[in-house]
Amino acid sequence: MSSNDSIGKILKVAFALCIVCSVIVSTAAVVLKPSQEANKSLDRKRNILQAAGMLQPGVSVDEQFSVVEERFVDMRTGRFTDEVASGYDQRAAAKDPGQSRDVPGEEDIAKIGRQANIAQIYMVRGDGGDFEKIILPVHGYGLWSTLYGFLALEADGNTVAGLGFYEHKETPGLGGEVDNPRWKAVWPGKQVYRDGEVSLKLLKGTVDPASRDADWEVDGLAGATLTSRGVTNLITYWLGEDGFAPFLANLRNGDA
Amino acid sequence: MDAVKDTLTTPIFKNNPIALQILGICSALAVTSSLQVTLVMCIALTSVTAFSNLFISLIRKHIPGSIRIIVQMTIIASLVILVDEVLKAVAYDISKQLSVFVGLIITNCIVMGRAEAYAMKNPPVDSFFDGIGNGLGYSVVLIFVAVIRELFGAGKLFGFEILPLVTEGGWYNPNGLLLLPPSAFFLIGLFIWMLRAWDAKQVEEPDFRMAKHTVAEEGA
Repeated sequence: MSSNDSIGKILKVAFALCIVCSVIVSTAAVVLKPSQEANKSLDRKRNILQAAGMLQPGVSVDEQFSVVEERFVDMRTGRFTDEVASGYDQRAAAKDPGQSRDVPGEEDIAKIGRQANIAQIYMVRGDGGDFEKIILPVHGYGLWSTLYGFLALEADGNTVAGLGFYEHKETPGLGGEVDNPRWKAVWPGKQVYRDGEVSLKLLKGTVDPASRDADWEVDGLAGATLTSRGVTNLITYWLGEDGFAPFLANLRNGDA
Repeated sequence: MDAVKDTLTTPIFKNNPIALQILGICSALAVTSSLQVTLVMCIALTSVTAFSNLFISLIRKHIPGSIRIIVQMTIIASLVILVDEVLKAVAYDISKQLSVFVGLIITNCIVMGRAEAYAMKNPPVDSFFDGIGNGLGYSVVLIFVAVIRELFGAGKLFGFEILPLVTEGGWYNPNGLLLLPPSAFFLIGLFIWMLRAWDAKQVEEPDFRMAKHTVAEEGA
């Protein structure tokens, strides 16, 4: 064993091992990259379709996604922009001071910290070629974690078509019920704005269908007050003046 | 053949890495809320332990004592990256749920513990089976925990509804605690209790014995 502990042998073993291991690891990374990328984009497309309430089981995701068009919105002007690098990632941009803005504390009701200047949105074309739905990325803080999801609106920019979250770490069984299909089914048809203000919110308890406000109210999640509040806040923020309100207004006037 | 069978089966109940050696608890808490994810984690850990044992045992006569831990870590880390890459390519949804825990197999005490305790001293084939055996021992505990957590916490197994939930119009009111990591502690505790009731040899000697209660004498 003593010969194993000479400096020459130590260096030799360490060097040979590193070479072998790095060759194996890098080969695997290179060979598997294409299918990993494909999985990632498929996953994203599925999330988007799910939020829009368009996902049909049994039909290929790529095929269903063919009616969806990716567009970019400059949040500062509320208009479409094409000045984006390919492979733009809004979540990465939100962390980069050069591509995002610091949201001041009093504005920051969704507790997002920084907001990317350019948002990645999706427009769904109908059979006639007109836009039928707009899918907006939204995120905000719940109880334990930031919830990331998509909110789909009908072409009027006011009626909700669906809401879905693709990433969160809320309490399973309580806040985690944001993933419950029954709860998500409550959203389509709800209205966002009333007299120009975002009025859509989650209640504590269930909505009284007879109430005059029922169109702007969604059942709260039982036992998850803080997650429910977080969802209300993120809707208020992202559809408000700091969020997509200017863009939706421009879109309605045909000026986006 | 008997020797191979022994190395393979001893770690499952007689010398279970989680229940007796109390290794690898952290991932047992984190990934056991659904059975499907648990199974993938078990397969990942078993293959990493088996192959790291195999490769370390193959070169054990050339590993300098002074850098042996680093050599073991390098081999284990490479295997774990390999597993992680493969999972991302073929089972993306599950790899997303496992997230950091695949990477954390590197720090799982079972892998390193077996490399240091067994593979450094035994021939490759034995080491390979020792790795599989310990992986299976880990898997038995994880599957036990996951079945209970998913069935009584979410009313499902493998995502299929077994007990219809109240929120879905059924009769079963799920126990939310079971979906949170601390519940795995209780379940592993129960598992260890059951195992030691069955095989009393695993019960540890108490570190201290209570002295008999004495009453001070009056006036002393």
